[in-house]
Amino acid sequence: MNQQLSSLDSIRPGERAVVRRLTVGGSMRRRFLDIGLVENTAVECLGRSPGGDPSAYLIRGAVIAIRARDCRGVLVAPVREGTSWA
Amino acid sequence: MGLTGSSTGRRARDHRTPARILPPQGGRVIALAGNPNVGKSTVFNGLTGMKQHTGNWPGKTVAVAQGRLTLGGQEQVLVDLPGTYSLFAHSAEEEVARDFLCFGDPDAVVVVCDATCLERNLNLVLQTLEISPRVLVCVNLMDEARRKAIRISPERLSRRLGVPVVGISARSRADLRRVMQALEALPGESLSPCQVRYPAPVEQAAARLQAALQAYDLRRLSPRWLALRMLERDAALEDGLRRYLGRDILSDAGLREALAQVLPELEAQGYGPDRLRDAMVSALVGTAEEIAAEAVCRGACGYSDHDRRLDRILTSRRTGYPLMLLLLLAVFFLTISVSNIPSGWLSALFGLAEEWLTARFAALGAPAWLHGLLVTGMFRTLGWVVSVMLPPMAIFFPLFTLLEDCGYLPRIAYNLDRPFRCCNACGKQALTMCMGFGCNAAGVVGCRIIDSPRERLLAVLTNSFVPCNGRLPALISVISMFLVGAADGLAGSALSALLLTGVILLGVLMTFAATKLLSVTLLRGLPSSFTLELPPYRPPQVGRVIVRSIFDRTAFVLARAAAVALPAGMLLWIMANVTLEGASLLHRCAAFLDPFARLMGLDGVILIAFILGLPANEIVIPIILMGYLSESGLTEAAGLTEMRALFVANGWTWATAVCVMLFFLLHWPCSTTLLTVRKETGSWKWTALAAALPTAAGILLCMAFTAIVGLFT
Repeated sequence: MNQQLSSLDSIRPGERAVVRRLTVGGSMRRRFLDIGLVENTAVECLGRSPGGDPSAYLIRGAVIAIRARDCRGVLVAPVREGTSWA
Repeated sequence: MGLTGSSTGRRARDHRTPARILPPQGGRVIALAGNPNVGKSTVFNGLTGMKQHTGNWPGKTVAVAQGRLTLGGQEQVLVDLPGTYSLFAHSAEEEVARDFLCFGDPDAVVVVCDATCLERNLNLVLQTLEISPRVLVCVNLMDEARRKAIRISPERLSRRLGVPVVGISARSRADLRRVMQALEALPGESLSPCQVRYPAPVEQAAARLQAALQAYDLRRLSPRWLALRMLERDAALEDGLRRYLGRDILSDAGLREALAQVLPELEAQGYGPDRLRDAMVSALVGTAEEIAAEAVCRGACGYSDHDRRLDRILTSRRTGYPLMLLLLLAVFFLTISVSNIPSGWLSALFGLAEEWLTARFAALGAPAWLHGLLVTGMFRTLGWVVSVMLPPMAIFFPLFTLLEDCGYLPRIAYNLDRPFRCCNACGKQALTMCMGFGCNAAGVVGCRIIDSPRERLLAVLTNSFVPCNGRLPALISVISMFLVGAADGLAGSALSALLLTGVILLGVLMTFAATKLLSVTLLRGLPSSFTLELPPYRPPQVGRVIVRSIFDRTAFVLARAAAVALPAGMLLWIMANVTLEGASLLHRCAAFLDPFARLMGLDGVILIAFILGLPANEIVIPIILMGYLSESGLTEAAGLTEMRALFVANGWTWATAVCVMLFFLLHWPCSTTLLTVRKETGSWKWTALAAALPTAAGILLCMAFTAIVGLFT
C-alpha cells in the first residue's frame, strides 16, 4: 500500500491521521516516542492555540500540544472521513 | 505555585542529588513513581499526612520529597519521585527518577497511574518492572474514569502484569487505607512480573550480555535491565552504576569484549542505535496497548466531549485571549471587593489591641522608649502587615489555586506559547510566570520544568517581573487610595480590578520585553522544541483547596512577613527616634535619598521603605506609613481613608501613586527569591542580573513617567 504521506502539521483541526514514520532524530524523536507517537498510532488534531501555533493533538487518549516546526518530523497518512476508525 | 515552607528557601531540596535514603531501623524505603499529573502528590500527601502542594498540571514535583508512614507498626520512608513518562533518562526529572529506582535501593516501588489514560501510563509501569519486581500499581482517578464511562479491571490488570494492582481515588481515605494494606502485603522477591518481549535479535543479544554479567555482583540490579541499557549504549548510566557497585564494571575487559561482539552483530541485523531504540519503544508501547485492551473497557476516550467543548472555548482563536483576561479580571474583582471588609475589621481590632497595650504599659510604669519600641514600633507595624496583607492573600490564593486545580494553567501556557516563542523562549515559561503570582521564589524553583538550560535561565531571570502575592495587596491598596477616587462599593472594586489587571498586563508585557532582550543579547539561541500535555479538566476540590491555601500557603507567607515586620518595625522606630545633630536618623537617610527618589517621582521615605523591604515586599507600605507618622507626629492611621490623608499630607499625588505602583511592579526581588535564584543558577552573577534587570526597568519607567508628567504640569 503506497499511500500519500504528509507531515503532521498539515492535518487540520478535526482531521485524523495515522503515524507512518518519524523523520526527526535526537531528543525530539525520543520525546515523540515517550508520548507514544510510534508507527500506526492514530492522531487527531483538536485545534490550534489562539496564536495559530502550537496545535493540540489527541494521542493515545492524552492531549499534547506540539509546535508546527516539530510536527514536520512526523509523517502521517491522513484518514479519510467515513473510513472505519478503531 | 508550589508554595509551601518546604518548596522555597532552605528546605527546598536539590533535585540533582537523590542521595541514598536511609530507612528507620527495620523499616523500608518505598519509592513513589508515576507519569506527571496523575495525582502522585495527592497519594503522597494522603499516605504521609504531609502537605506537599498538588495541582493539575504536569511537572508539579520537581524536587524529590520524602515523608514517613507507618505500616504494620513499622515506620517507613516514602520518596516522591518527579513525574516522568519513561525511564530512558532524557530529562533531569527522568534521570532523577531512574537513578533513584536503580541505585537508591528502594525496597518497594508504587507506580501511580491515571485510570483515564491507562495505556500510556503502562509504559512507565512496564519499564519499572524491568528494574524491580517489587512493584505495586495504583490506578488512581478511578472515579473520574467512571464518569467518563471507562471501566478498568484491577484483577485482570494484576494477572497480566504479575504484580498487585489497586484501583483508587486518592481523594478517598478508605482507598488510601487499601493502598497501605497492599503495601504491607507486598512480598519481597517472589513476584514474577510481566516482561516486555523485544524483537528476537535484541533478545538474543541481551541474553548473551546477561550471561556475561553473571560474573559480577550486581546487588539488586536486574541483569536483564542492565544488559538492555548496555545495548542502548546508555552513557548517562555510567556514573550512577560506578557509585552503586563501588567499581566500574563497564570498563571491565570481559564485559567490553562481550559488548564488542554483540553490538556489530545487532547492527548487521539492522538494529543500529536509532532503530534499536525505536524497536524497544515500539515493543513497550505495543505491550502496553495489548494489556490495556484486555484490562480496560472504554465507553469513551479519556478526553471527553466535555473537555473538547471547554477547550474549544478556552483556547480558540477568537475567545482564548479575551477569556484569559476576563478570568484574571474576575479573580482580582473578587479579591478586592471581598477583602475590603475583613481588612477594616482587622485594623479596628489591632487598634483596640494597641490601646489596651498602651494602657498596660502606662499602668506598669514602663518607660516611654520601651513602649515606643515594642508597641509603636513592632506591634503597630505587625498590625498593618496583617490587616493590609492578610485579607487579599487569603482570598487571592484560594481563587488562584482553584484555577490551577481544575487544569486551566496548562491552557494558559498553550495560549501563550506563540508570544513566548517569538521571544525565543518556551511556552512553559507561562506556567512559571503564573507561579510567580503566588511567590516569585516558588516560580523560580518551578522553572525546573523547562528542559532547555537557556530557556530555563530566561524564565528564572524574568520571573520577578510579575508581582507576587506579597506585592499584590500593596498594589491594591495604592490603587484604591489614589486612583479609584470617589467611586465606592462594587463600582470602585470593579475599577480597581480593571486597573490592577492593567498593571499585571504591564508586568507580563515587561516579561516578554525582558525575555526578548536577554534572548538577543546574553542568552542568544533558537527556541528549542517542546511538547506540552493538556490534562483533562477536573472538578476542583473546593474545600481542600481553601483549607490548604489558607492554612498552608497564606499562613506561611504571612508568618514570613510578620517575622520580617517585627525587627523592621523596631529598626524603623529606632531610626525615627534616635536623633543626630537635631534630626532623626530616618530623616537624614530620607533626605539623603530624596533627590534621587524625586527624579523617579517618589520621595526618600518611599525609597527607604523599598530598601528595608528587601526581606519581604509585604512590609513596604507599613514602613512608609511608619516613616510618615514618625515625622508628622501623628499617631493614628487606621483605615484607608486616614492612610490616604496621611500620604496626601506628605505630598502624594496620583502621579506619586503611579510611580510607587510602577516601582512595586519592577524592582529587586525579595531576598528569598534572590537566594533561590542563586541556588538554581549556581551563580552570583546571574543572581545580580535577576535583581538588576527589573530594578533598571523600574527606575527607567518611573523616571520617564515623571519626566512626561512634568512636561504637562
